[in-house]
Amino acid sequence: MTKTQNKKHQKSHMGIVIVGHVDHGKSSLIGRLLYDTGSLPAGKKEELEAICEKRGQNFEWSFLLDAFQAERDQAITIDTTQIFFSTTARNYVIIDAPGHREFLKNMISGAAQADAGILVVDATEGVREQTRRHAYMLHLLGLQQIAVVINKMDKVNYDAKVFEAVKAETIEYLKSIGLNTSYIVPISAREGDMLSSRGDNMPWYEGKSLCDVFDAFAYKSAPTDLPLRFPVQDVYRFDEERVLVGRIETGTLHKGDTIFFSPTNEKATITAIKNWPSDESLMKASAGQSIGITLDDRIFVERGHVGSSVKNPPMLSNIFKANIFWLSNKPLKVGNSYTIRYGTIESKVTVQSIDTLIDTQDLKTDNNAQSVERNCVAEITLRARDSLPIDPHSTNPQLGRVVLYEGYDVAGGGLISMEGYPDQRSSAKPKSENIYKVTHSVTPNMRAERFGHYGAVFWFTGLSGSGKSTLAVAVEKQIFENNLNAYVLDGDNVRYGLNSDLGFSPEDRAENIRRIGEVAALQANSGVVVLSAFISPYQADREKARAALPNAFHEIYIKADLATCEGRDPKGLYKKARGGDIKQFTGIDSPYEAPDNPDLIVDTQLNDIETCVAQIVDYIKANVIMDKKQNASDGRIVSIK
Amino acid sequence: MTDNNLQDLESRSLYIIREAYSRINPIGMLWSIGKDSTAMLWLVKKAFFGQVPFPLILLDTGEEMDEVYAFRDWLQKEWDLPVINHICPTLEEMDQTLPPNTRAAMRKTEGLKTLLAEHKYKGVICGIRRDEQGLRAKERVFSPRSLDGAWDFKDQPAEFWDQYKTEVPDDCHMRIHPILHWTELDIWRYTKQENIPLCDLYFAKDGMRYRSLGEKSITKPVPSDADTLDKIITELETTNTSERAGRTMDKETEDSFEKLRSQGYM
Repeated sequence: MTKTQNKKHQKSHMGIVIVGHVDHGKSSLIGRLLYDTGSLPAGKKEELEAICEKRGQNFEWSFLLDAFQAERDQAITIDTTQIFFSTTARNYVIIDAPGHREFLKNMISGAAQADAGILVVDATEGVREQTRRHAYMLHLLGLQQIAVVINKMDKVNYDAKVFEAVKAETIEYLKSIGLNTSYIVPISAREGDMLSSRGDNMPWYEGKSLCDVFDAFAYKSAPTDLPLRFPVQDVYRFDEERVLVGRIETGTLHKGDTIFFSPTNEKATITAIKNWPSDESLMKASAGQSIGITLDDRIFVERGHVGSSVKNPPMLSNIFKANIFWLSNKPLKVGNSYTIRYGTIESKVTVQSIDTLIDTQDLKTDNNAQSVERNCVAEITLRARDSLPIDPHSTNPQLGRVVLYEGYDVAGGGLISMEGYPDQRSSAKPKSENIYKVTHSVTPNMRAERFGHYGAVFWFTGLSGSGKSTLAVAVEKQIFENNLNAYVLDGDNVRYGLNSDLGFSPEDRAENIRRIGEVAALQANSGVVVLSAFISPYQADREKARAALPNAFHEIYIKADLATCEGRDPKGLYKKARGGDIKQFTGIDSPYEAPDNPDLIVDTQLNDIETCVAQIVDYIKANVIMDKKQNASDGRIVSIK
Repeated sequence: MTDNNLQDLESRSLYIIREAYSRINPIGMLWSIGKDSTAMLWLVKKAFFGQVPFPLILLDTGEEMDEVYAFRDWLQKEWDLPVINHICPTLEEMDQTLPPNTRAAMRKTEGLKTLLAEHKYKGVICGIRRDEQGLRAKERVFSPRSLDGAWDFKDQPAEFWDQYKTEVPDDCHMRIHPILHWTELDIWRYTKQENIPLCDLYFAKDGMRYRSLGEKSITKPVPSDADTLDKIITELETTNTSERAGRTMDKETEDSFEKLRSQGYM
């Protein structure tokens, strides 16, 4: 029963991951399967028998996979191994996932690639620690097809009662974590019962043999029927042609479609789907395909932007929840920063809260945890610096999952949930539906070429007396002298005009900031470098201001503590607030929320004004001067370096 | 109609190649001129719409077969390829305690070290496959190495959901394996579907052919009548002999390949 020709044009190797507690017989099961299905190279078994004899060991099927010296010595599998084998029906790749507690990251690396999972349980031991943990991981990795094998039936005299007892115990746990299993098979890997052949030892079992279970599994299908998601992987330039490359994660796109990019909200028409050798007739591409496209308009697009239809884009948010597993030795803690990646999107995030810590043993939850240790599972809230295109895992299994990096290393992963968070794109929609945006024929790039720089908002936030206005005015003067079109929006001047109807209640403060954010965005869109200097005490309000101009908004935290500011008290306001003459004064009887992830921190307590001004000027220049963005938008020239 | 399986494999490889080019710089690709790395070269051309945006490196011991050199010279000219022919250190410079054929293979490992030292590559694209050999089955797609090439297989990075470890500290480099998930048969079917040029030695002459091309001294032909791509595919669909059966170094001691790998062999 070797590889047969009728399988030539079938889809691909079906990935099977085999998990379970240490020594419950995963590697033995695989070794035996390979032998029974005729998938071993000639002489391989004899070769291993000779090695065992030389070492004075009994032959074990697991030695087949344990190609490493270290593994033979320790008698446990260290890393995921991929083994190809075939039944009469199709080809498989088995991912041998190790059972040792230390090696969870390897098991996850294996299981994440699989179409289906096999959970191995020892008939003599029943459900153990890693049985539970691995089953929970399969659940968290989104694996839908699970079969259980009760192994080592030879050691319990093929007793149907033992099988039924272990079966009941296993089903109970799987049910508690929301995993359904259609197949529970009694086997003996050592003796070869109920794998490829049924054997004579368990006539009482009427279900499918393990190989028949394999053949009954369905392939994970490419999600072509979900909304289009095309994360841009890179931008290549060939002479005058700019090609956006990437893999379609979900959905389908056609030549001639209008494609909408997040988070920039730019759109253009697909003029061609490119491939090589060139095939002009290519009209359509679907989920799973790595492609290139060209557009009719030279909009700003770079790696990490996500293409979709105009009608069904991802949500935009800088905050989301994730159900994560943690792999790093250093615990995850509230306030820690990590890099996340999903699709081709990469962003810095900060852990805002650990909402629930979950014990995979007994599923107990802890709502007061301050850290997540290695190999633990938790629901956390993450806050990103930028507005990100986000799809919850429940609606997009491909993009709705993030990998967390700590420095160079993968530290964890998890599924995205947007429960309780509004789409910041939809919340920013105008109340009246009869408003139509004017479509500008002058693009930001054209303006930037005229002025030599892009428009942007630099949002100074900090306590009263921290130095916002002083710095903004000094910076404005300096960059104006450097030929940048700069303008300061100051708290006091706006309060006299545009916002003269507003007071200092939390609602009025929020409306104050919302209006200023919109005005700043309008000015920036017209090409101006806007310096806004407002206390803007609430993080949520500053985020709204950012949402008005997500790609050119820079939050600058002007840092000085309350005592310092009160000591400076340039307008005598703290004195009045302390005396009760001013109510709801920020820092005294109204809170100030310092930024979690400011784009720049300027410490006016430690540094003199000149240093602070220079710091801000350098930052502004680096972010608005023409060259940088122009190149990114044009793409890289593919050439020999 | 193209084969769906091959299309899936190809799309995945293109994604990996573009990811490597996007994230790692400077980067080069090892081109041994064999069927695997030549199929991979074809994938590179696909990824960059006909261009090859990084150097193709032959770790040259001077011991490849004449037909291999001839094929390289021809294809380099035909496709205008950016080839670097990197000369490996001599046999005398190798660890003399190794068995003789393993020692010969070690020259490539040492050659790679001198290559990295000279060109400062942060990434090396490499055409190994999981089904070739038990140890290669353990590999990651993005596999970090210390500068001397050592592979810490006991502590490999987690790799899932197509997110790779793409950054390495200064004293390390990354091996990138874009065809890790392909089988020998996949390579042949793809070679046929795409009409990828190939060295003549793979086709049977006088009842013998090479199934895998290594250096003269350590590679032997196997009995076969397969003198066309179709016949080779049919042969592989029914064979039970391992691909590297013609490579002598793997069998010298049970651990020799492992030793080679952990010290930096491809």
